[in-house]
Amino acid sequence: MDLPLDLLGNALVSGLLLGGFYAAVTIGVSISFGMLDIVNIAHPAFIILGSYIAYIANSVLGMDPILASILATPAFYLLGMAIYHVYDVSFERRGDNGLRGLAFFFGILFITEVTLVLVFGVDYRLVDAPYISISVHLGPIDLPLRLLVPFLISLALMGGLHLYMSRTFTGRAIQAVAQDPMALRLMAADPSRIKRIAFGISIATTSIGGAILIIIQPVEPSIGRDYIGRIFAICVMGGLGSFAGSLVAAMALGIMESITSTFFGPSWSPAVSFGFLLLTLAFRPSGLFGRT
Amino acid sequence: MRNPVFILLLTVAAALVFGAAKLIDNAYVFFAGYVVLQYIVLSTGWNILGGYTGYVNFGTAAFFAMGAYSTVVLHKLVPELPLPAMMVVGGMVSGIIGLATGYLTLRLRGTFFSIATLAMSVVVQTLITNWSFVGGSRGAYIVRPATTDYLDIDYIEYLFLLMLALSVIAVAVARAIEKSRLGYGFATIRDDELAAEASGVPTLKLKLLATALSGGFMGMAGAPLPYYVTYLDPASGFSLSYAVNTIAMPLIGGTASWLGPVIGAILLGTLQQVATVTISSALSLLIVGLMLVGFVILAPNGIIGWFSPKRRT
Repeated sequence: MDLPLDLLGNALVSGLLLGGFYAAVTIGVSISFGMLDIVNIAHPAFIILGSYIAYIANSVLGMDPILASILATPAFYLLGMAIYHVYDVSFERRGDNGLRGLAFFFGILFITEVTLVLVFGVDYRLVDAPYISISVHLGPIDLPLRLLVPFLISLALMGGLHLYMSRTFTGRAIQAVAQDPMALRLMAADPSRIKRIAFGISIATTSIGGAILIIIQPVEPSIGRDYIGRIFAICVMGGLGSFAGSLVAAMALGIMESITSTFFGPSWSPAVSFGFLLLTLAFRPSGLFGRT
Repeated sequence: MRNPVFILLLTVAAALVFGAAKLIDNAYVFFAGYVVLQYIVLSTGWNILGGYTGYVNFGTAAFFAMGAYSTVVLHKLVPELPLPAMMVVGGMVSGIIGLATGYLTLRLRGTFFSIATLAMSVVVQTLITNWSFVGGSRGAYIVRPATTDYLDIDYIEYLFLLMLALSVIAVAVARAIEKSRLGYGFATIRDDELAAEASGVPTLKLKLLATALSGGFMGMAGAPLPYYVTYLDPASGFSLSYAVNTIAMPLIGGTASWLGPVIGAILLGTLQQVATVTISSALSLLIVGLMLVGFVILAPNGIIGWFSPKRRT
């Protein structure tokens, strides 16, 4: 720790690893906000819900948090479909998805958070797995498995979803539904059904996102709010709906945050993502790689 | 009803409220009443932007806390400044922040503005947390005087009276806007911004005006807070419950008219005061969340909508 260069190297590497994780928690919003144009600001609340499910499976059954989260994805998928159904019937079909749609998701965010507080309290919870306390050393650079495992899981999740979106009929239909629902209807696919599936997938990713979150850091119900800014900043910076764009934006944000917290102290790091989001919205609303 | 008549009636109503609270002669009534009045101002302020122009502001907590923190700063620099003056300053600070946020993001789609207000709220909270002059994350203590130099009443009664006056002003302004050319301009933005722009409505200017006014009222509502709580820390000043309540109240009452936020604030505010005492504060927040979701799904025009079935928002 005597050379600032070491510090910088470590900050870069952990920022990169953190960025991979940010990309994984953003991918659901890339689908819901980027492709379906649904501003699901409750997304981070579902991630925290995923964390708590991984926590219960880990502390009660002794299960690996990631395995538990994969087993829980079908339940999250169904939850997502159910929420979209309510949203569709109550807001989209009435053409009322602005004010009231936003308030709906804000309410869900709040209900989830308060329910978690009522059930688990505001204590920080963490999980236990054999790889959490191990670190690999590459010269002066530390590679904590606590960050490396989530990074690899994130890449696998993004790769899998990318294949699904580009190779399957439903995946392509999801990409099409945002652009032209009418044309999709002519292809004999029901836009409502496609959107329901897409939103289900979007919420299903939060199960895995939640599990890797609680591996990286202890979780309490209200930390989800810190992720609202990060997630939407990455999604907007990456150019809405682009997986590759959000991966790059996530890594850029991870590195910036990590450097900020190494050199200026961790209490400043929330301002980085939100500040970046404000600047992106103000000056480059089509994203870093978007066409203006 | 013409505006002067309305303001007169409102003032009479406010005087009756104060008189009734005095008659009950219990300090708790003033403490609880203050919170309800504060929510009347917050939700009326929010509705000037949210209800009239249709732009959703999730950053209530930031505007509110900026008002409160500007009082903390003024209290340290010029403690002799009377509280009403501090409220004006707090309102100006928050109004300017609203103007700046609006200027940066209001040219975009409405949802981007909403996300930006959420982001702004965290940025401002981080700045305050790292600013040791106002106490940083440890918070700031303010000694509440026992009484005031201007009136011969308890300080809490004085705070109640100030908030009562502020809510009269807020409601009167909201109603005046609603019935004026300005209000029709706002409504065109809500109904079809593109068409409004095309017919020559200066939409950006109107939106900025609405954001500044709305932020200003929220800041003024927050300014007396340090004297009310006597200890202010960032976590409580920026609490998400302010944002949720301020959105829930107009939506439950009805966003189309000035009466909606008032009904919503009185109903939800009183309900929460009762629930916090009898059950628990976490549960009372849960009730607000559930009512918000329930109302936006089942009663899109709020309580007001039940009595005017033809009106669409």
